[in-house]
Amino acid sequence: MTGLDQVVAADEAPAARASVTWPVRISIMIVCALIAAAVLGPYLTPFDPNQVELKSRLLPPSSLHWLGTDHLGRDMLARLIVGARISLGSVCLTLSLILVLGVAIGGTAGLIGGRTDQLMMRFTDLFLTVPTVVLSLFMIGVLGTGLINVIIAIALSHWAWYARIVRGTVLSLKTREFVLASRLSGAGRIRTFVEHLLPSTASQLLVLATLDIGHIMLHVAGLSFLGLGVTPPTPEWGVMINDARQYAWTEPLLMLWPGLALFISVMAFNLIGDAVRDRLDPHQRREHAC
Amino acid sequence: MQAFVLKRLLFLVPTLLAASFVIFLMLRIGPGDPAMDYLRLSNVPPTPQALADARTMLGLDRPILVQYVDWLKQALQLDFGTSYASQRPVLPDLLHYLPATLQLASVALILTLGISIPLGMWAARHPDRLPDQIVRLVAFVGVSMPNFWLAFLLVLLFSVQLGWLPAMGRGAWTQLIMPALAISFMSLSINARLLRASMLEVAGQRHVYYARLRGLSERNIEHTHILRNALLPIITATGMHIGELIGGTLVIESIFGWPGVGRYAVSAIFNRDYPVIQCFTLMMVIVFVLCNLVVDILYAWVDPRIRLAAGEAK
Repeated sequence: MTGLDQVVAADEAPAARASVTWPVRISIMIVCALIAAAVLGPYLTPFDPNQVELKSRLLPPSSLHWLGTDHLGRDMLARLIVGARISLGSVCLTLSLILVLGVAIGGTAGLIGGRTDQLMMRFTDLFLTVPTVVLSLFMIGVLGTGLINVIIAIALSHWAWYARIVRGTVLSLKTREFVLASRLSGAGRIRTFVEHLLPSTASQLLVLATLDIGHIMLHVAGLSFLGLGVTPPTPEWGVMINDARQYAWTEPLLMLWPGLALFISVMAFNLIGDAVRDRLDPHQRREHAC
Repeated sequence: MQAFVLKRLLFLVPTLLAASFVIFLMLRIGPGDPAMDYLRLSNVPPTPQALADARTMLGLDRPILVQYVDWLKQALQLDFGTSYASQRPVLPDLLHYLPATLQLASVALILTLGISIPLGMWAARHPDRLPDQIVRLVAFVGVSMPNFWLAFLLVLLFSVQLGWLPAMGRGAWTQLIMPALAISFMSLSINARLLRASMLEVAGQRHVYYARLRGLSERNIEHTHILRNALLPIITATGMHIGELIGGTLVIESIFGWPGVGRYAVSAIFNRDYPVIQCFTLMMVIVFVLCNLVVDILYAWVDPRIRLAAGEAK
């Protein structure tokens, strides 16, 4: 075995075992718990997350309030659980929007080709040039504040990557025999695209989407933290961190819980995203080293 | 090299024109009525008469293209209009806040490179051993950590508990450490892992193998044969990180009471203060595009292959 072969072998080994490691298993469990919290939400806890109880404000963790209460006497755990619904819900909505936009615009550009393609891709590049935070701040400026607008803004600042992938695959495959055969047998452009071209990009889109979940969660929370997304009293993790600011130095636990919830969820999604990428798309491993 | 720089500089003009047009167009066709927001921010009751007057005054009754050309003419004379909320010219206010933001973002960039490069080299030197595992763990924490939450944790530890660093304000260099660290943590995590992967990839190439056969010292091989080639993807990634760092700065500023452009912009977005949003976005695009230009020039300077290809294309 030469030195070169050894390096190649060493490089391929981690990909094979990466997807079954215990961090990934724990991550899957965390994500399942999150989904359960998001779906069952209010049924999991005896407390109303928005019930103001000034008598019992700023209580430390106890057997009644497992994580204590906030500055308005609301149960922290109940608010965290209900917050999962908003966090996951907004991620789902954002990702669906991104996929629709990316597939529609990338697919159209790739299928039509020629000057339309050039024009659409210049437009897409414009969205890629600007940092996502700046772009989404601008979009909120255009659309106004609020959770729905934040979701649209984040989708509008992320779709361009997806459009490029779809367009690239369509361009590289559209002259291949199986696509031409489908066209010859009478299928329209759209049907050919959906049945024969889209499945080829699906794994790449899935990889990118899973890796983006954590990023989108952080983005939603960050904009809510700035006061542009979800507004109090709705229990959202970013808003809860912002709410806890004035008590940050006296009651640091108030800030710790929502941040920890956000951190652990994002980490779980990132680990799963990495595993999905190693499974479906080992070539990309080097490009996104994390 | 000069031709390369000149070509890139010329390319800036259409980019900025396109960006400014898209920004202008989107703000005009988006939901909401600038005249309405103008009246609200000036505390004038929105009677039909007042709305019509505001529309005429702001020029909103003319075709969008005419409005854009007028705006562009004024913008070329560095007049970006007056803020609806404060009734002050937009550009001087933004330029007043911009240096603080750029300072913080630059320090964050220095931290990103200064920490990630040694970290990545350390991990690459011991692949799949303890140092590599540590860097991998740090990187995973880094990409999952909300930067605004990390900022609070840092303040809690270093200001409240230990009392080592000031929690807020701008002035002393010690006040830069925590915000810059909070902003750069994600980028430096990504960079360290990227450099590790890139160094391992280069280390597997023939020229490194032959350098080793020639009996060169490991130190020499690492620095001149591996690191220099492995830094190329890092330079590209840095171009993208700059955007993240500026974005992070905008979010983090409010936590540390940093007098930057972020708070000004967020309140403008909240108020739908159109001229400020427009000028702020364009300014961020200019900063980002210029940074990317510097990155590209640096890339060409480090990698002779690109430099020479650009020279031949001329």
